[in-house]
Amino acid sequence: MASMRDIKRRRTSISSTQQITKAMKLVSTVKLQKAKSHAESTTPYFNYMYNTVCSMLLKTKNIHHPYLEKREEGKKAVIVISSNRGLAGGYNSNIVKLIRDDERFTPENSVMYCIGHKAMEGLTHRGYVVGCDESDVMEAPTYEDAARVCGMLLEAYAAGEISEIHLAYTHFKNTVVHVPTMLQLLPVDITAEEQEETASDNVLMNFEPNAEEAINMIIPKYVTSLLYGALIEAVASENGARMQAMDSATSNAEEMIDKLTLSYNRARQGSITQELTEIIAGAEAIS
Amino acid sequence: MADNNFKVEIITPDRIFYSGDASMVEFNTTEGEIGVYKNHVPTTVVLAPGVVTIHEEGENKKAAVHSGFAEILNEKVTLLAEIAEWPDEIDVERAKAAEARANERISRKDADVDLKRAELALRRSLVRQSLIG
Repeated sequence: MASMRDIKRRRTSISSTQQITKAMKLVSTVKLQKAKSHAESTTPYFNYMYNTVCSMLLKTKNIHHPYLEKREEGKKAVIVISSNRGLAGGYNSNIVKLIRDDERFTPENSVMYCIGHKAMEGLTHRGYVVGCDESDVMEAPTYEDAARVCGMLLEAYAAGEISEIHLAYTHFKNTVVHVPTMLQLLPVDITAEEQEETASDNVLMNFEPNAEEAINMIIPKYVTSLLYGALIEAVASENGARMQAMDSATSNAEEMIDKLTLSYNRARQGSITQELTEIIAGAEAIS
Repeated sequence: MADNNFKVEIITPDRIFYSGDASMVEFNTTEGEIGVYKNHVPTTVVLAPGVVTIHEEGENKKAAVHSGFAEILNEKVTLLAEIAEWPDEIDVERAKAAEARANERISRKDADVDLKRAELALRRSLVRQSLIG
């Protein structure tokens, strides 16, 4: 059995860890509230933008535009949104896993645009090429930040350096459920179910100015707004994940402290009994 | 009149700016100012900085909208704007300062000045001022 002093030292160390995790939980709870309400107010724009662009593209058949056509040459770009700090449970490793498990992306054919240090570290470790690091954005993402990153990506896309743009982020479903999600931004990819949904109303869409110019203006806005929405959701998810992780860490620490207290008391009692036996044995020896 | 109303929504990245019924909505596009009534042909237009006027029953509402696009359908008009402001949210002093700054940048014609950006800033500040003034 470990000595009393060892157990006591261990218990103190765990209880100070518990204090830290408790404080972190409180901080992320507050941050989560803020991020959540922010995410809720951005979701309509995010959804509208997605739906509008989808319906718009479905109503305009036979448009040829570089933003809409598949290309073979060039690398695949993935915007990876993670956090700058750890201690958020599986939040960051899930994003890295999402990319690693996706067969479309190998270290050879893709380039990563990282927002958040943690996923960047994980991906470089596994041999992925990091195109650029915009981790500072994660501190307080604004629409301007999203626009800047998108501008950069669209330039590379127009120059033919990259053939596809994907977005990997953590979708904030609710406080406890966060889903790592992969989304294809460019070329715009319309899923089959939406095609069916809108197939019924066959209204032809007019464009002003002409379709090509309108798409030229709208698609960058679409990409930017999706990225912005993803950033906001990622912030909410990060804080949600951290809150959960810290909550379970705190309760684990509580459990350990309970166990250690028990064995500490047992050890204390053991030592008292031993002392007593020694004294009695000593007294008997004298008499 | 009730039959001539249609749904108007203005959405910005941070909030649903406006949602309601109107008989007509006017706004500025890259092709010039347009007014939309009910049963308009489905059209997508690109917005230019300008004042949006929403004709509700009995009153007109005005707001400044800068860049974005609008989807016009038979029964509904959706404006997806990057920035939208009500008159009482606009800081006149700031708009004036922005105008002066943009003017100065344009008149200097330095090589390192992004002329297009300065012009846009100028237009935004003018729209803001025209909405209040």
